[in-house]
Amino acid sequence: MTYVGMPTPRETPQETMAKIAGTAAKMKVVIVGGGVSGLSAGWWLARSGAEVTVLDKGIVGWEASGRNGGGASHYQSPLFEEEQRMWPHMDALLGYPTEHQQERLVIAVSPKQLNQYHYLAKMNNDMGYRVDLLSGDQVRAMVPLAGDNCLGGMHYRFGGHANPQRSVQAYAWALQDLGGRIVQHSPVTGFETEGGKVVAVHATSGRYECDAVVVAAGPQIQALMAKLGVEVPLAAARAEMIVTEPAPMMPIGGVDGNGLYGRQTLRGNLAYGGGPHEWLETLQAGPPARPSSPLTRNLARRVAELFPKAAHLNVIRSWAGIVENTPDGRPIIDRMGDPENVTVITMSGVGFGLSPASGHAVRDLVVDGQCSFTDIAKLSLSRFDGIGADWREQRGWQPAKPDIAA
Amino acid sequence: MHANNGTDPHAIGTKLPAPEARYDMVVVGAGPAGLAAAIAGAGEGKSVLLIDENPVPGAAMGNDVPLLFGGRMTTGTQNAERMLETVFMSEPQLEAAMEAGVEVLLGTSAWGVYRNGPGITGLPENVVALADKDRGWIVGYGELVLATGARDLAIGFPGWNQPGVMGAAALERLLAHYEAFAGKRVLIVGSHDLALNTALLAREKGVDVAGLVEVRSAPQGDAALAEAVRAAQIPFYLDDAPAEAIGGIDGVERVRLRSGAVIDVDTVVLAIGLVPSIELIDAMGGKRVLDGARGGYIPGDNAGVTCVGDCAGLADTGFDHVEYRMEWAGELGKLSAPDTIVCQCEEVTRADLLGVQPPRYLERPAPMAARSLDTLIQDGPPNPDQIKRLTRAGMGVCQGRRCRDQVAMMLAMAANGPFGSVPLATHRAPVRPLPLRILADWEESEEMRAGWDVWFGIPTQWVPYRDIDTPREREHQTAIAEGWSL
Ligand SMILES: Cc1cc2nc3c(=O)[nH]c(=O)nc-3n(C[C@H](O)[C@H](O)[C@H](O)COP(=O)(O)OP(=O)(O)OC[C@H]3O[C@@H](n4cnc5c(N)ncnc54)[C@H](O)[C@@H]3O)c2cc1C
Repeated sequence: MTYVGMPTPRETPQETMAKIAGTAAKMKVVIVGGGVSGLSAGWWLARSGAEVTVLDKGIVGWEASGRNGGGASHYQSPLFEEEQRMWPHMDALLGYPTEHQQERLVIAVSPKQLNQYHYLAKMNNDMGYRVDLLSGDQVRAMVPLAGDNCLGGMHYRFGGHANPQRSVQAYAWALQDLGGRIVQHSPVTGFETEGGKVVAVHATSGRYECDAVVVAAGPQIQALMAKLGVEVPLAAARAEMIVTEPAPMMPIGGVDGNGLYGRQTLRGNLAYGGGPHEWLETLQAGPPARPSSPLTRNLARRVAELFPKAAHLNVIRSWAGIVENTPDGRPIIDRMGDPENVTVITMSGVGFGLSPASGHAVRDLVVDGQCSFTDIAKLSLSRFDGIGADWREQRGWQPAKPDIAA
Repeated sequence: MHANNGTDPHAIGTKLPAPEARYDMVVVGAGPAGLAAAIAGAGEGKSVLLIDENPVPGAAMGNDVPLLFGGRMTTGTQNAERMLETVFMSEPQLEAAMEAGVEVLLGTSAWGVYRNGPGITGLPENVVALADKDRGWIVGYGELVLATGARDLAIGFPGWNQPGVMGAAALERLLAHYEAFAGKRVLIVGSHDLALNTALLAREKGVDVAGLVEVRSAPQGDAALAEAVRAAQIPFYLDDAPAEAIGGIDGVERVRLRSGAVIDVDTVVLAIGLVPSIELIDAMGGKRVLDGARGGYIPGDNAGVTCVGDCAGLADTGFDHVEYRMEWAGELGKLSAPDTIVCQCEEVTRADLLGVQPPRYLERPAPMAARSLDTLIQDGPPNPDQIKRLTRAGMGVCQGRRCRDQVAMMLAMAANGPFGSVPLATHRAPVRPLPLRILADWEESEEMRAGWDVWFGIPTQWVPYRDIDTPREREHQTAIAEGWSL
């Protein structure tokens, strides 16, 4: 279950589970946000014996966590090796299917793409993650839907993908099986602090006493943390995807390229996204709608170019999700100084794939105050200390027409 | 100052294209209501585009799009030319519309309406997206008139997932517009006006009608219509329901009723009800309201969009369609087995749906097997979109047309609530299944191509962690950013 192209893991996930068991016994943790980040954190904490309550404004995984591409190959992240160690075991550990699949192919249909993919391949090989370069013919042999326009590609001997919706529900159910509580349709409205700690979380469904809080509320983190006097710079945008009817199964479903991310699902559907995003205003109640746009047509074109032999397949749906970004686009995973029992996690565009590891990191911060398996100092909130109020404008990240965007 | 100088080249900006053409009025659906609206619009001097998806391509009909054809169309439907002619001939008002100056496009579907509003502001203007058998495109509108009619309501029972189980609207389309019904002898399910009219139409078109099955103890529809059916010697099977459709390689051969009667027919016509076609309204985020007397969910008040004909709601005769179909769903549910299929595209059985189980190609470890709709309902009211994601019911190529209503009814019953207590599974563009190559924008602007990135185009996002804050960081950023606009 390990990867050809990754360093040998330091220990098995089962050993880790045994080590953490009971380390947070009787600790009451309230998690704000039932997306994949909050649920994974909740699951790791429950595995450590904590009494976990997850509060969500709606249904678990309703936002980005249930609307993403399912990709799990974020080699740039310090959490990557941990993610790779965990994913192949997640079905067994959670007790529910996630549809996790290993390895990925990225294929080029233009010389510029091929150039970039070769750069990325080298970057990975330098890090010790094995990537094999492929010729056009090699790609065509491995990707039955590829066409004559394919110039070559790369084969990640690591990484993979899973089904976001199934995985989110798997975390949620596994957390319940460990005695954790999930309270849906229950937006968090505020916090009660005492002596530099949050002692209770207020939600529409009631007041929840706690020893520690994890704020994993996606774009809504900013306003929630502002209530605690902590500034978290975030800008949210809409990202879109399309999906086709099932195609014949390819040996490796994780194929993308041509400016797209996505995968072939285990049912055979081709689910792909990419292209321009639209910056939006964040509302505390959540977005009133997540419409897709005629970008659907540009996505269809790119999928047809990526897989000429699938160009006749019907597109059956499109959708959009909201992703929040920090000023440098990297995650924040950090425990606050004041109130000192609050941990924040925002993952931008890589939260799904890294979730088995991000939950572990949050568990470590909540229980031990520091991450046990990797350095995450560069993901701390303090890197944005003193960032100007106009950071969005500087980047051109403000909504075009805030009045109707709401 | 940040590198981007206050602009984001990878944001949507002005990249979405302007419409190819613009009309004062676009009318979707060339039935009587749409035709009347188009002709009236042209009479007021407006530029009017009237489109209708009929004749739909043979492949789509095979997937029961947009109506439940149940595989009972003749091979004549594969001949696009002939079909076009037949549709044109069957509707004399089409010629009148053209004479009035209306631009008419047949074989053209509207698969999306896009408007600036909550969650989207990047459109140059509000547009309706179209496709025919060759290509997709978008047009602008001053006024949008939706006259999309109503579609078949399907409720499953043992054996319904085979050729020969079809809907009343599909039968009407095949008989009255396409002259392409392949069946000979039909059994009609239901006895309200729709079923009665279907029986009379079938008889008029020379189809043998074996009878009408009614779950209640008396015919439901208009008394005069029921009398006309009786006068035509068509029997009613009252207090009864189809228990099983039995068939062979070509589909249905006979039907066994709950009462034990066995009726030889090649086609079962589901005529329990019609559902106003609100796909476009719902997919554009428009308002909709539940009105049992008008056939279920109907469009609410949506600025700039007018709904006419059946898509605005069925004629209110004081009959509660929703209550009636819930009664049918309850009865057919009782007659079904755990392995009766609910979603045909994804082969989801009743037991799997109520058990919230994943598809068969996935394993069901003990904790998974122990989950069910009942355990899910403990976390909150059932939501069809959530159930869909877990079981795949409604995720198939028919876009949920065959099972969406039935699933909603089953969820409401499982939660012991009224039909309206369960939200409607959302419709998404494209509201018709459309091939990638047709949907594709092959004329994409240079701006779109140049600004394209696989994700957000934030260079710092992809720098390996160990290289952050080192001289290599800039090197990566430059190299990665150069690849953008692929
Ligand atoms: C189209 C698209 C494609 C993507 N592709 C990928 C990919 O291929 N791979 C990948 O790794 N990542 C991908 N991502 C990113 C990924 O989806 C996110 O990083 C991840 O889901 C973030 O999870 P989260 O739990 O942090 O946030 P969210 O999923 O946003 O969850 C936050 C939760 O908090 C809840 N909440 C908000 N406010 C409150 C409140 N006041 N009280 C209670 N609850 C509240 C919300 O209801 C929500 O459930 C993609 C995202 C999108 C939109």
